[in-house]
Amino acid sequence: MAIDLEKTLRPVDTPLAEYPAKLMTLAGGEQLVIRQVTRDEIPDILPHVEPLMHVERDFYDIVAARVYAELLGYYTYRVQDEYVLAAQIDGELVAVVNGRIVNKDVGMSYHTLALRRGLRVGAHAFAAKMEYHIDILGQKEVLIVAESPIGFRRWMIEYKLEKRFHVPHELGGCPSWALTQELFDKARHSLIVGRRPVPEPLLAKAKAAILPPTDPPRPPADRLAATRSLYDSTATSLLEQRKLLGGKQDA
Amino acid sequence: MRDVYVAGIGITSFTRLEYPLVEIAAYPGLMAMKECGIRNIEQIYVANMGASRINHQTGLASAVANDLCLMPAGAETIENGPASGASAIKQGFLAVASGMYDVVMVIGAERMREVNNLEATDFVATLTHPLAEYIYGVTLPALAGMFARLYMDKYGVTARHLGMVAVKNHKHAMDNFYAHLHEEVTLEGILDSPDAATNNPIVADPLRYYDVCPISDGGACVILTSADTAKKTGKPMIRLAGVGQATDTHAVHDRKNPTDLLAVREAAKKSLAMAGVTPQDVHVAELHDAFTILEIAESEEVGFFKKGEGHLALQDGYTKLGGKLPINPSGGLKAKGHPVGATGVGQAHEIVLQLRGDAEKRQVKGAKVGFTCNFGGFGNNVVCLTFVRES
Repeated sequence: MAIDLEKTLRPVDTPLAEYPAKLMTLAGGEQLVIRQVTRDEIPDILPHVEPLMHVERDFYDIVAARVYAELLGYYTYRVQDEYVLAAQIDGELVAVVNGRIVNKDVGMSYHTLALRRGLRVGAHAFAAKMEYHIDILGQKEVLIVAESPIGFRRWMIEYKLEKRFHVPHELGGCPSWALTQELFDKARHSLIVGRRPVPEPLLAKAKAAILPPTDPPRPPADRLAATRSLYDSTATSLLEQRKLLGGKQDA
Repeated sequence: MRDVYVAGIGITSFTRLEYPLVEIAAYPGLMAMKECGIRNIEQIYVANMGASRINHQTGLASAVANDLCLMPAGAETIENGPASGASAIKQGFLAVASGMYDVVMVIGAERMREVNNLEATDFVATLTHPLAEYIYGVTLPALAGMFARLYMDKYGVTARHLGMVAVKNHKHAMDNFYAHLHEEVTLEGILDSPDAATNNPIVADPLRYYDVCPISDGGACVILTSADTAKKTGKPMIRLAGVGQATDTHAVHDRKNPTDLLAVREAAKKSLAMAGVTPQDVHVAELHDAFTILEIAESEEVGFFKKGEGHLALQDGYTKLGGKLPINPSGGLKAKGHPVGATGVGQAHEIVLQLRGDAEKRQVKGAKVGFTCNFGGFGNNVVCLTFVRES
């Protein structure tokens, strides 16, 4: 009975071409390998995503929480036609990107989570994801939304995405934006980098172990740096500081 | 005039800050008051360049006085382009030196990330000549690009030298908690690798992405006092010993020799002379490297190196931490960040830390004389400050 029910719950995945791993050199000189991870590797990634759910800064909390759920959904066969790419430096996990295939022509971008800031790690991983949809799977367009201002600048502005506001995105039903083949071609020479094949020792190292990020995003040093205080018109964070410092008086 | 001392300092991270400009300004003020235990601020100067344009806020200094509960202190906002910070310090210096006030708080604050990078670049470009430069689309990166090209042709500076400034200052910023960019870069990654063109694209030829400072939010504060008040804090006595300011033609093309930064030369000369020191006496400097070429050019105009030899000193390691004259140990504008109105105060904050011996991993050993150069416009209004630690 349980097995029969599981058959019902579990979607049937469409066979998809594998994303061929690629290599690029970052501004810091590090060698970044981006590759598709298998379902069996998901448990090795989850522990590195979980701590970011508690980083209330730059929307890391919501993005990490959703990525965690999506990876878990992939691992437990609860999302149809999902894929996950990992970006690694010497085995260290520095970014995770994922998405799914809606149909032959349309892809759905889920998330880009950078576990190391700077050096355009997240931007490179996102570009690889788009490359997978457009070049490898031959799709006509990818539907995208951003949860953070950083994401909006990176995707909507840098790629000059088209509006598809009549299409609700799978992430919360937000209005979608689209990267088309034409837009991708325009970005190809400035935003898409990398070389193939990845030298065997580097690829083997990446596959051997998904190591934890050595410098992950951390919670803000003080409440004033918390992302959402922008929307706190009462300035309670400043009042908090004033109390902490034993200021002249409280307003 | 009586002597003026820096009694307290405070700073925010220079980065993207998601809280209102008034709080960005007030927070370092709180930190500075906490640090030195002084509360009886008589006058506040707040340096800021873009509040009315990009944050829809005027009367910033009044708002800060209210936020910090410092009423009835006097309060004024100072705007002098990217040199606003050091200009405000100059005003604070005059107020204390004249004897009008005993305790003055100088804050620099900016919230540039409220707008996108194109709008921020346009806002900074409003400091160029409106009829001779701005209407033709000139921006600061464009001016710096032309300046760099000419400098390279005349003095043999190469893209590699510019890259060395970026590598050095990014490395310095790794040890600065408050720096905007904590990412070490290498010449291989930004110039030599097959992916360098994407990692480090052209912004304004020959300047590339890593030759240009980030657009930052941030605030910094120094509290200036008389000697008697400073002594009561129990902190090392850091005297603001020299203040120099000079101007140059508004339009860069009106200069006889566009590669000469005469305002830097003159402001530095005045500041060092007032302090009674020479360029060779300086142990640590914060120069206005909004573009990598400017660190090289300013290091020559200040008198640290002969004209046309700044890049040679750089390549020989003179200007890195551990070198003979470390420049921009904070990471400079290049990596620490450049919230325009706050930058000059941020530079002073770093020098005070250095002279106190509190700069931790980026400490310049035995630093007793520190120097800052805050470069306004494209070199048309420059303020230089010299700080001396007294025994």
